Amino acid sequence: MTTTTDLPLEPTVAPAHQERKVRDTPGERATAGVAHVVLIIWSIIVIAPMLWTLLSSFKTSREIFASPFKLPAALQFINYAHAWQQAGIGRAFINTVIVVGVAMVLVMMLGSMCSYVLARFQFFGRRAIYYLMLSGLTFPVFLAIVPLFYVLKNFGLLNTLPGLIITYVAFALPFTVFFLYAFFRTLPYELAEAAAIDGAGEWKTFFLVMLPMARPGIASVAIFNFLGLWNQFLLPVALNTTRSNWVLAQAVAAFASQAGYRTDFGMLFASVIITIVPVLAVYVIFQRQLQASVTAGSLK
Amino acid sequence: MSTSAASTRATASGTTPRRRRRRWTFDKISFLAVFLGVPLIIYVVFVISPFIQSIYYSLTDWGGFSTTMNFVGLANFKELLSDDLFLTALRNNITLLIVLPVFTIVVALIFASLVTVAGSNRGAVRGLRNSSFYRVVSFFPYVIPGVVIGLIWAQVYDPSSGLLNGVLTKVGLHQFESYPWIGDERTALAASIFAMAWGGIGFYMVLFIAAIRGIEPELFEAMRIDGAGRWKTAMHLTMPMIRDNVQTAYIYLGIAALDGFVFMQALNPTGGPNNSTLVMGQVLFRTAFEHGKYGLATAMGVALSIVTLAFSALVFAVNRLLGAERDVAR
Repeated sequence: MTTTTDLPLEPTVAPAHQERKVRDTPGERATAGVAHVVLIIWSIIVIAPMLWTLLSSFKTSREIFASPFKLPAALQFINYAHAWQQAGIGRAFINTVIVVGVAMVLVMMLGSMCSYVLARFQFFGRRAIYYLMLSGLTFPVFLAIVPLFYVLKNFGLLNTLPGLIITYVAFALPFTVFFLYAFFRTLPYELAEAAAIDGAGEWKTFFLVMLPMARPGIASVAIFNFLGLWNQFLLPVALNTTRSNWVLAQAVAAFASQAGYRTDFGMLFASVIITIVPVLAVYVIFQRQLQASVTAGSLK
Repeated sequence: MSTSAASTRATASGTTPRRRRRRWTFDKISFLAVFLGVPLIIYVVFVISPFIQSIYYSLTDWGGFSTTMNFVGLANFKELLSDDLFLTALRNNITLLIVLPVFTIVVALIFASLVTVAGSNRGAVRGLRNSSFYRVVSFFPYVIPGVVIGLIWAQVYDPSSGLLNGVLTKVGLHQFESYPWIGDERTALAASIFAMAWGGIGFYMVLFIAAIRGIEPELFEAMRIDGAGRWKTAMHLTMPMIRDNVQTAYIYLGIAALDGFVFMQALNPTGGPNNSTLVMGQVLFRTAFEHGKYGLATAMGVALSIVTLAFSALVFAVNRLLGAERDVAR
């Protein structure tokens, strides 16, 4: 940047070694104070609706209508039981675990295989395939939804869990490949060469050497894929309309479309909490890693 | 064996870390067939082929009930341009496209700056103490499913038992005792946008904090020595240095705004009062799966994609135009 010759003209700048001893000036403390106040207000705006949802999930519908603030007279765990059984949240929860679980395993396997080949092999059409993969990230899913409906119908997969799984896998592939491609490229080539010298074939090299080394990258992508697939809405709503096959997002959304005087609001809030708990758990456990991945992405 | 090993070593330690071409063995061919073939087939069948098919279908009068369809050229697109419902939805999407990214980015930038540079003003630039708490809390809504965010806020905005009116009434604003935030045409879209932004601000805040931390501290030092205050530093150093991150954020948010389906469906499944929160995705969905007009619905999909791509191109172009002199700083 510009020169440092102005330094002598700036008597307010304290020499570096004094920094620790000098206390913050009132002006600085005021700035920091204002910053804290703003951020605390925002934190309240973030937390309050969630706490309120949790609180309401333990109330009767009558209590919910009476006052948004009052604590429940007795904890209505029955709301959770009703949500789990009557509202079909339990069934949907199990479906979601199956669909997301299987799709995750498949997409991580296929994605790491595909990105490994694209990143480390030289063959004709490599770049073309890579760009074809990236193009999947550019277009909105809405463009594909109607033909996709018929593709699944022709395979006999419409309204089935396997149909949903394979669609999830296909649509999560581009992101997975894109992310892992960069990762596999950074792995040292010497190790693969060494494995080859030791007599390992391509298969062994991949599973015993490369995959374990790519573990940090794979973990980051897996977290993002988990959240993305758990939160998926459009694909199941369009392609999986049989009620017994519903995933959580659909079961919860059913409350929105029937909202009105007939809704059991305690049950609605309980359903919302049941849907959030798994992502909350993932967030709490992987919070550092998640934010680190966002950071890594932004510094590229 | 030993000679090939030696030559492999030689290439490996050479300047180009490229893998040397090797012979096509069964091992390698089977490996490529499985590792590249299987994912590629799934991807082409379930992603690429529907994308391409939809372009063809958008030019037909496919009704869905019959298997026959006629090629009608651009008739579907003409119909869209005179379809009031679609145009209303398009207008709402464009409002979203302008307001959602600007609001989210401005707020996220302010929070990110508060966290990173609101600390002590002497020596190295320091962030706010204990700021990781704000980061962790703000980021959380990002992981909540969109449909759940929509539902939570639909309840918060509830006229009689909602949290928002409860708070407003408590602080003495009695005119809000039963104000229907998403049931009134004047506030429905704004309230929906706020719910969407609520979900995204934390993510972009983390993104921007990372970007600001990535700027070399010496640059801040230099600015300060030149006598620049916080505001000047933010406008003339921080902003130019992280503009690529802002561009990325703008594109992500723009694409989210052009979709908006899940939020709007959860907040107001019917499209809101007088269709004030209806988005293109909702119209498309109904046209296809409720009215069975598949040709017309795919035309909407194509239109949506065109708007999306045009938007991304525009953001890139604008950034390029405004950022001509920026490279000096790098």
